[in-house]
Amino acid sequence: MNDLERSLANVGDLSGPAAFAAGRFVDQAAVMVDVAYATMDSPIGVLLLAATPEGLIRIGFDHETDVLDDLADRVSPRILEYPVRLADAQKELDEYFAGRRSHFDVPLDWALIGGFRRRILEVTARIPFGSLSTYQDVAGQAGQPRGARAAGQALGGNPIPVIIPCHRVLRSGGGMGGYAGGTDRKEFLLRLEGAML
Amino acid sequence: MSVAVVSDVKLPPFQALLDAHREDIFRFLVASVGRNEAEDCFQDTFVAALRAYPDLAEASNLKGWLFTIAHRKAIDCHRRRRRNSVSLGELPETRDELHSEVFDPALWDRVRELPPKQRSSIVLRYVEDLPYRTIGEVTGCSESAARQNVRAGLIKLREEIGP
Repeated sequence: MNDLERSLANVGDLSGPAAFAAGRFVDQAAVMVDVAYATMDSPIGVLLLAATPEGLIRIGFDHETDVLDDLADRVSPRILEYPVRLADAQKELDEYFAGRRSHFDVPLDWALIGGFRRRILEVTARIPFGSLSTYQDVAGQAGQPRGARAAGQALGGNPIPVIIPCHRVLRSGGGMGGYAGGTDRKEFLLRLEGAML
Repeated sequence: MSVAVVSDVKLPPFQALLDAHREDIFRFLVASVGRNEAEDCFQDTFVAALRAYPDLAEASNLKGWLFTIAHRKAIDCHRRRRRNSVSLGELPETRDELHSEVFDPALWDRVRELPPKQRSSIVLRYVEDLPYRTIGEVTGCSESAARQNVRAGLIKLREEIGP
């Protein structure tokens, strides 16, 4: 490389201005975004919240690393980190974890939930704060009295945990059952709601 | 809600593209159109990219795809400027924000005066360190034509500023 070529390789460090420009872009492109997301701290770890213009579509736990890729694949790749869109959901979750909220009002987008899983999760969404149900009961109310096992699977694939309270569904014998976020988190939520000592 | 995905190409979330390439694109634009115009061209580039993104048929060279859009936006910018007949020298450049010890304003003014393909090819080669094949893809010509554009640009720059 001669001097001219060396000079051409030196534009200087533009990381700061580039980050600033990217921030401005996100602000003005927000209207074109199909999925906005944000992360928040909570007592059950960092949560990833994602919303379409329709409503909240996904809550991911910190060990789920493919949430955004999955949304890009199944909903739209027009995904940007835009916390303003998640501000209401985050506020309600903060209040819930602080013990000041017992139901959620943010609109949900059910686009990722179809068929039998939809029926199961709709029934689950109606279980009140502080109460418990069983896989058996939920399956029965969804019109499939013998579908306890299938109900368990449907609940395990709940894309909006905490807000659709699949943690309130236990085994008929009283056992904890599983939880996509791990049983520690399930226990924590039930204690928070006073449903478990 | 409406599902925007029509192709079966697996595209990463747009935010990942923005995070991975914002600096490359910004640098390319600063070198191509100057610090002041780079900001607006950056916005135009990523807005156009976000708009077209879900319909993209190929995900193998997203960086090259972004450079292609930025290359076109830089050309638009130079055209606009020529129409308004404002020469580069008259624009108040905010050079202080750049590291002056490694940045040679006179040289970059010359680079910006090169014909579009030579300008982009020079910037992609020396600032972005891209291979000639990619430079060809971005500027819409063959690998050997890209090599030729870089060479022609260098010759012109040498004539103007000395060796």
